[in-house]
Amino acid sequence: MREIKSAQITEVIRRLCIEANCYLPQDIKNCIIESRKAEPWGTAQEILDRIIENYEIADSVPQPICQDTGVACVFLEIGQDVHIDGNLTDAINEGVRQGYTEGYLRKSVVRDPLNRVNTGDNTPAMIYTDIVPGDKVKITVAPKGFGSENMSQIKMLRPSDGVEGVKAFVTKVVEEAGPNPCPPIVVGVGIGGTFDKAAYLAKKALMRSTDERNADPYYADLEKELLEKINALGIGPQGFGGKTTALAVNIEKYPTHIAGLPVAVNINCHVTRHKAEVL
Amino acid sequence: MAIKITAPLSREDARKLKSGDSCLISGVIYTARDAAHKRLCELADKGQALPLDIKDAIIYYVGPTPAKEGQAIGSAGPTTSYRMDAYSPTLIALGQTGMIGKGKRGAEVVDAMKEHGAVYFGAIGGAGALLSKCIKKAEVIAYDDLGAEAIRRLEVEDFPVVVIIDSEGNNLYQKGREDYLNSIK
Repeated sequence: MREIKSAQITEVIRRLCIEANCYLPQDIKNCIIESRKAEPWGTAQEILDRIIENYEIADSVPQPICQDTGVACVFLEIGQDVHIDGNLTDAINEGVRQGYTEGYLRKSVVRDPLNRVNTGDNTPAMIYTDIVPGDKVKITVAPKGFGSENMSQIKMLRPSDGVEGVKAFVTKVVEEAGPNPCPPIVVGVGIGGTFDKAAYLAKKALMRSTDERNADPYYADLEKELLEKINALGIGPQGFGGKTTALAVNIEKYPTHIAGLPVAVNINCHVTRHKAEVL
Repeated sequence: MAIKITAPLSREDARKLKSGDSCLISGVIYTARDAAHKRLCELADKGQALPLDIKDAIIYYVGPTPAKEGQAIGSAGPTTSYRMDAYSPTLIALGQTGMIGKGKRGAEVVDAMKEHGAVYFGAIGGAGALLSKCIKKAEVIAYDDLGAEAIRRLEVEDFPVVVIIDSEGNNLYQKGREDYLNSIK
């Protein structure tokens, strides 16, 4: 049994919170640059240029790419042969507290959803854990802004709705969102599982690099087709019209019940942030 | 070519701006988002004075990141505006002439803009680092307890925005999309 000290987890999370918020991942930069090359509409080209300029400034200062430095979504893949010494939840939240304070990041979490008082240190994190084989721990920090989170939706489709129903729902969610989630967006789609599992899969889909397509060719083709459908909507960067409404569509799937076809769409903005480290 | 405008913005000047105009704002604007709007409207409902001069004011929907040493402000891009829809008509009736945000607005806001003469500007959502360069000074003037959501007085120079909805109700989100789709037919 390998031992990992909770203090190590805190230190990694502190650093990942700061780095994820200031340095846009290369896969997203590549998508933006490629979209700019393919964008035929003048206004849209200008906005994509400003978006590129923005992440370049963030890189060089460094400073947060966007003022909404998000809630800290922390994904842990914990090897089953690892023992963590100390309280894991506390260690994660301490990392978030230190990262958001020392990194001059915005504190955007309220203690209670109805009696809304800011916690002052951006804790607690949204923690997602997977137990996996091995003796390593993979930590991914994904700060999630709420302009795009608010535009996300879930629907329990009927099995008879099939793939056409999925396509229609995903496209409808993006169209209804329009300019609100800061397009160009990244679309995370979760298909299958249960009501909550589909939402989790949609969030997890946003963790995957946009350089990678779904390992299943059927779903890889579906990702490509959905991206084309979304980019035919004409919403464009910031919603001012243009080709570039989405940068990528990532789908995650899971087995489901004979009676169900849950579909969740988690929208992310062009500041789709995720940074991982393996301990 | 961008139109240079000065804030505060008179009703007369607000009415001259048209949907789709690119503008550069210089002068004094105020920040407020969800929690501050709620408080401002509670004061207005009671007929009490607001902590800012609302006449001809431009309000920027933003909650910046904390400033590092040597910076006037941290990253400071717009937040989604529809969350302020419940409050904006009250403030427009009191004299507000400009709103800076991103995303759609409700019919009640557009009606108030048409009735009183106000414009809705869009700044690039997600471009918080870039936009912060145009903010030369920032000072919290009310609701310090709200942290990022406090009301700040900002001095801005050539702050880039686009008129999304003008005082006649014309909407760039509709027209921009239609124009693009027509261009590829």
